[in-house]
Amino acid sequence: MTGESTAKVAFCTGCGSMSASCPGCGRTLDPPRFCPTCGRRLTVAVTPGGYRARCREHGDLALD
Amino acid sequence: MSRANYRNGMPGDTTATPIRTTVTLSAPNRGRTRPEPERPAIESGDARRRLRAAEMALLDEHRLLTGEELAGLAELPDQWVTSLAALAHQVRLDWCGPEVEVEGILSAKTGGCPEDCHFCSQSSRFDTPVKATPFLDADEVLQAAEETRAAGASEFCIVLAVRGPDERTMQRILELVPMVQEKTGLNVAVSAGLLTDDQARRFAAGGVHRYNHNLETSRSFFPNVVTTHTWEERQDTCRLVRDHGMELCCGALIGMGESDEQRIELLVQLQELDPTEVPLNFLNPRPGTPLGDGQPVAAWEAIRWIALFRLGLPGVILRYAGGREVTLRELQSMGMTSGINALIVGNYLTTLGRSADEDLQMLSDLRMPVGAITGVL
Ligand code: SF4
Ligand SMILES: [Zn+2]
Ligand SMILES: [Zn+2]
Repeated sequence: MTGESTAKVAFCTGCGSMSASCPGCGRTLDPPRFCPTCGRRLTVAVTPGGYRARCREHGDLALD
Repeated sequence: MSRANYRNGMPGDTTATPIRTTVTLSAPNRGRTRPEPERPAIESGDARRRLRAAEMALLDEHRLLTGEELAGLAELPDQWVTSLAALAHQVRLDWCGPEVEVEGILSAKTGGCPEDCHFCSQSSRFDTPVKATPFLDADEVLQAAEETRAAGASEFCIVLAVRGPDERTMQRILELVPMVQEKTGLNVAVSAGLLTDDQARRFAAGGVHRYNHNLETSRSFFPNVVTTHTWEERQDTCRLVRDHGMELCCGALIGMGESDEQRIELLVQLQELDPTEVPLNFLNPRPGTPLGDGQPVAAWEAIRWIALFRLGLPGVILRYAGGREVTLRELQSMGMTSGINALIVGNYLTTLGRSADEDLQMLSDLRMPVGAITGVL
């Protein structure tokens, strides 16, 4: 639990900041690194044809 | 700031009136690439002479260029880059043939590395977004190898973020290599850091046909970017790889702040190691690393250095590796006619690449056949 009172808080998947639309993270060649729901760092496995990104709390991220 | 105005002078023929164009530097990347050295003014007769001498050495005498000759080419003004590239392409065809080798790579164990390579997002010493993840299981590795084969590749490299392999890692790799080979038919390469003599022997005996260990940069620049191990330790591992009969894949990373002279120094050091393959990386500044605020190498400068790497290492498999999308953008196909004869398709270790289809289309448009290249030289 992260202590947010609502589930509305979303996090930037590029830097983990508390803003889904962080202006600094327009990177198209990076997989998501932070969970959009809780902001935790994701376990990411990059493979030649894709990637898998997993949050300890929220499971696998859907691919785009 | 990247400076557009090298004081190169115009070609020295008397009839030429220097054309003065007022260029508005409005291209989006203009102000965000790595500064380049001011190169000396060189008359066109002199430039052509240097290029002809290089052509003679590489295509007629079939010998390597010296560091001095390479330095003379490295200082040619920007307008000669296309000539460097054309010669490099001819040299690549003459020494290596038309095939392009396609490879997929997989980070089988990501992050948490105790080393402090200042460019690397996988070092545990820096606060980066990359979270340490344990060794992937065999199914995941096999699936990645299948993706690689589906993309038309002949090579698959299993990469681990470690200083060197411990015994458990050795055993896992030695299990995976024959398994991947049998199930996919791909050539399997490994990159697992510094090796002991015994480890190199075991990998060679275990079917690792090529081992990757990068010098990254010249001996003189190396201490600026790595303090937890020495350049000489890397060189030792590279020698062990060769001594035990594996093909050596030994790469470079351009754009960390090294000088032109240091890039030439690295080229000569690579000539001495005589690798089969040289993957050419361009710095893609990673947030949280000491080089995270750096700027990428300018595209035109990258083409210059691709050409110079081919001219310095005429017989190697020169592979496009990390950073090419960011650095070269629209010039990626030009790299293919400037000396590159291999590429990594799909994603990299921790970052994504453009799609394999785009690369295969590019090769088809260039009429370059895809094929395995082994035992060049
Ligand atoms: S040894 Fe490899 S994984 Fe470890 S910090 Fe250096 S480049 Fe990164
Ligand atoms: Zn962000
Ligand atoms: Zn989460």
